[in-house]
Amino acid sequence: MPPLLKILFMRLGLGVLTLLLVSVVVFAATQALPGDAAKAILGKDSADTERYEALRKQLRLDRPLVEQYASWLGGVVRGDLGKSLVGAGANVTDLIGKRVVNSAILVLFAALVSIPISILLGSLSAIWRDSKFDNVVNIANLSLASLPEFVIGIIMVLVFATAVFKWLPSVSNVNSLMPLSGQMTLFVLPVITLALAVVPYVSRMLRASTVEVLESEYVMMARLKGVSEPRVLWHHALPNAIVPTIQVIAINIAWLAGGIVTVEYLFTFPGVGAGLVDAVANRDMPVVQALVLLMAAIYVLLNLMADIVTILISPRLRTGLR
Amino acid sequence: MSGARSDIVLTVEDLRVVLDPSGIEIDDGVSFVIHEGEVLGLVGESASGKTTAATSLLAYQRRGAKMAGGRIEIAGTDILSLSRPELRKVRGGLISYVPQDASASLNPALRIGDQLMEILNEHSFGSSHAERQARLVEMMDEVLLPSDRAFMRRYPHQLSGGQQQRVVIAMAMANRPKIIVLDEPTTALDVTTQAHVLETVRHLTSSYGVSALYVTHDLAVVSCLVDRIAIMYAGRLVEIGPRADLFTGAYHPYTRRLLAAIPDIHAVRPPRGIPGSAPRPGSRVAGCAFTPRCDCRIDKCATEFPPYTGPDADHQVCCWRWEEVGQGLPVIEGEELVFPTTRAEEPCRTVDTVVVDVREVTAFYQRKEVLHEVTTTLCEHRCLALVGESGSGKTTLARCIAGLHQFKIEGAIEFNGKTLARETRGRTSAERQAIQYIFQSPYSSLNPRKTIRQLLAQPIDIFFDLDRDGTEERMVRVLEQVALDTSLLSRYPEQLSGGERQRVAIARALVAEPSVLICDEVTSWLDVSVQAAIIELLVHLQSETGVSMLFVTHNLALIRSIAQEVAVMQDGRIVEHGVVDAVLDDPQAEYTRLLLGDTPTIPADCRI
Amino acid sequence: MNIDPELVPAEGAVSGPSAPRRREWVQTLVEAWGLRRTKVGTVMFALLLLIALFGRFVAPYTPTEFVGRPFSDPSTAYWLGTDFLGRDVLTRVLYGGLSVFVLGISATVIGTVFGVSLGLVAGYARRVVDEAIMRVLDVVLAFPSVVLAMLFVSILGPRLWLIVLMVGVSHMPRIARVTRAATVEVVARDFVRAAAAVGVPRRKILLYEVLPNISSPLLVEFGLRLTYSIIMIAALSFIGFGMQPPAADWGLMINENRIAIITQPWVVLAPVLMIGALTISANLIADGLSRAMVGIDRDTAQA
Repeated sequence: MPPLLKILFMRLGLGVLTLLLVSVVVFAATQALPGDAAKAILGKDSADTERYEALRKQLRLDRPLVEQYASWLGGVVRGDLGKSLVGAGANVTDLIGKRVVNSAILVLFAALVSIPISILLGSLSAIWRDSKFDNVVNIANLSLASLPEFVIGIIMVLVFATAVFKWLPSVSNVNSLMPLSGQMTLFVLPVITLALAVVPYVSRMLRASTVEVLESEYVMMARLKGVSEPRVLWHHALPNAIVPTIQVIAINIAWLAGGIVTVEYLFTFPGVGAGLVDAVANRDMPVVQALVLLMAAIYVLLNLMADIVTILISPRLRTGLR
Repeated sequence: MSGARSDIVLTVEDLRVVLDPSGIEIDDGVSFVIHEGEVLGLVGESASGKTTAATSLLAYQRRGAKMAGGRIEIAGTDILSLSRPELRKVRGGLISYVPQDASASLNPALRIGDQLMEILNEHSFGSSHAERQARLVEMMDEVLLPSDRAFMRRYPHQLSGGQQQRVVIAMAMANRPKIIVLDEPTTALDVTTQAHVLETVRHLTSSYGVSALYVTHDLAVVSCLVDRIAIMYAGRLVEIGPRADLFTGAYHPYTRRLLAAIPDIHAVRPPRGIPGSAPRPGSRVAGCAFTPRCDCRIDKCATEFPPYTGPDADHQVCCWRWEEVGQGLPVIEGEELVFPTTRAEEPCRTVDTVVVDVREVTAFYQRKEVLHEVTTTLCEHRCLALVGESGSGKTTLARCIAGLHQFKIEGAIEFNGKTLARETRGRTSAERQAIQYIFQSPYSSLNPRKTIRQLLAQPIDIFFDLDRDGTEERMVRVLEQVALDTSLLSRYPEQLSGGERQRVAIARALVAEPSVLICDEVTSWLDVSVQAAIIELLVHLQSETGVSMLFVTHNLALIRSIAQEVAVMQDGRIVEHGVVDAVLDDPQAEYTRLLLGDTPTIPADCRI
Repeated sequence: MNIDPELVPAEGAVSGPSAPRRREWVQTLVEAWGLRRTKVGTVMFALLLLIALFGRFVAPYTPTEFVGRPFSDPSTAYWLGTDFLGRDVLTRVLYGGLSVFVLGISATVIGTVFGVSLGLVAGYARRVVDEAIMRVLDVVLAFPSVVLAMLFVSILGPRLWLIVLMVGVSHMPRIARVTRAATVEVVARDFVRAAAAVGVPRRKILLYEVLPNISSPLLVEFGLRLTYSIIMIAALSFIGFGMQPPAADWGLMINENRIAIITQPWVVLAPVLMIGALTISANLIADGLSRAMVGIDRDTAQA
């Protein structure tokens, strides 16, 4: 299928282009802005010219911008993200490795919990449109979607960890040296918090697309053919309704990767989000660069995957490409 | 044609359907029967309630509408009292439905074969899978489509419009129903495709003895297909009778005027429009809803609804003056019209001044060539009709001339001897003013956020240096020309009917005082009765102002009424160009002959 | 033709045959007001705005004054207790809303102005310009919510103008997308072509033909983005990059008193409830508007 391949390559190319531009933004923000990074890092100590010059050298700030960017990007491609400016100056790759694993587990759990629930709530409220169920789900979704995730998190903590019940830990200091299975309770509140923040978006989107499909002429036709109602819903309506939702699911998982910032910070969960807060607070530029680039890359990749999946599962796109 | 009284397949009694929360009536007391093997044509203009009545036969209402009363019986089964599982058996079994838009009615995510098989499976056709498979092959044969694996594995979007419509018809025939409801099944199709689909329907109903209800807005389409015709107006049946009786001796003024409004290739006189427009649900008057548009109304028409009566049980009518109408009471006031073609004997270039000269124009849509070296001319005071099916390039050509084509053009378009720039932005103000374009859909061409006054003032402000009073005066004058009341000036388009909107669009072109008027399918969004009125207006305007006109249409039947010359387009080329009478009476190109043959007409013996 | 004309109520019946038709966004506002959720949202929002604006005049103390021992229980002297430094929580709640409103609204205005302009141009110009604008915005979109702001804060420090600008910029892509989608739909209609055909300049077409026809989706988008601005501003304060101590700010208050969440929950609960009520009220208004807009579309979408 050459046309299909062509479009896939084009999407891939666009993804790479976006990533490149993202890296330029990250680089520009941290290294090329008029406010000198070395000055920003040293703060009041920047009067100390010797330390200042040394730091500039370490950050390669004394070279031309293009060269700085090229060598930085080259490092990123090779997996060499530079050395942390804080403490012993460990390799950034080593420093964030564990955090990436922790966050990945967190996001994965949150996605596994939230997506099935969203699909169920979304399709049921579309099928029972304007019913009591639909209204309750609608109001719940509206409220949850309005609340900042750290507010949801604090309420969770107040209810399940401190003020009302004392079932779960309010702090999730996962220790990567201990087996994960023993620390599952530490994940519960962050996962629930993230899931509660995602469910409203995905389920509202699915409801909207299902409602639209249920109003379509082909669903009317299926009913007038005498097709049973469950078959109309699961066979005729949902496959069509799910397609536009894929994009939203991808964006929301990507959003989870960013939304973890406040949630991890709240639960002092050792992931990339809390890591980013620390790095920004400490002005640890190489770590900031690495983490921001990682989060943006995840967004681009997930979007790309959603694009490809959408093309592959919708016959019109799959076979209609020219 | 109709059989004995005993063989009734479908009975509809006093059907009433209302809009759901408001209770406004869509259908009000519709009653009819259909006999075995009979095809009944249900004819009405937009908002007449015909589609709602049609889906009601399957006990189905769209969201926002509900059944408020009546009885529907199919082969002895009272449809409205069935439980859900029973109803499911009836739909697609006893009675089936063919929708207007097949492309939207086939599920885009499912293969054709699966969708066809589904209706057999769901109704447990036959006793084995092999039997159902055999039936599937048979079904496809009946509608002249292949039934091989490759075709069955296709998705709907991989089929042409005609093929899609055939698949839907095959589906409707699958379980050998007693009756099929066909809801404008050819409206979205080109005439040649329409002719094939009509032939298929005719063949199926006659060879398998299936009864059918054929819903349409176009009397000409069903003239050779149906046995009886029911005319609907504003949610009520106004007349029902055998086809021949209705065509030759209708008793209702509306039926007669509807017939008179249908353009016909073979007609000797132009169609006559009906003033005004059909009322929508919620704004219908008490009494006979046709009263405001009727030329033979009497006082009680507006207040009292006439009873069903008529010459015999087979031919029923709903009018206080039906007997007089039947005896020849004139239903149209005003003088007779003549065809403008009678004024043109020769092709223009030899005798007149050329206004627009199109020379070897090749145009692209994105990178695809859609016009191939087209050459044609438009002369002063003449109307050239540009005819073709969808995709023939007629609109592209019109837009090239108007400067609205957004892609590459090669060749030259001259206006009064000067080459025109491709886009309007490159043209002089005088050129933009001289060439005015009227768009197909009046729903899309008028900014809904502007009043009619603001809409009309825009070209005046741009092209003329007039003060407030001068502008107002010109707007009033042009509104009179298009027969609109000046009170409409402060209205918004949304408050106007489709016909009124198109008149506003025409007025907007006229205020610029153009020398060339390009009309792009300007009647295709309008009801037949309104279409004829717009044509009358355009003919009148052309003779009054002497403007040169390019009239783009897919409907061959219209052109004799308005044009002196015609150019027939096919696949981006002009295949025939000549004086209207010559082309229509003695077509030279094979394609023109094909088009003429497929254009539906009303039998010659049934003019009023 | 997709809409069954029989189910569309009589033309003119919607607003009466001679009723003057108001501007689109005004009509959306009026219809939205008819919904209970809009009324509830507006009342809540107005109440919180009053507290943010005038609360300081009824506050018992000043926000930076140490009035008691840290984390004192609520009493008649300090109704909501004291915070980690011994400042009056009620006072700080009454003072701490203004920054959220000012920053949130400014960020939304910035994002809307730039987003709408870019979306209009992209939707009308199409092809190369469109592609270029949308690609660049895709890059902005790739940075999740607060991360873009954090990136710039890391080098320039937590300055308020930067926070407002970055929150606004991060709204730009979505506002531009909504605007572009609506613009493309309007531009496809013939009246835009008709205006171009008589020679109306592009700028005037965008301002007088297109913009009035997309004002309701933009109004809805503004409401939605306001909600998210408030969320993001509060989140940034919560992680320490928004308002800086010793300012009184709801987000910052949660951050500062987080350690006491186990022992003195109400110190945290008070600002949490304020932020929650504010975002919910803003979103209720946005949702009411969007419902009203869908209603309007149904009436006019005849073509």
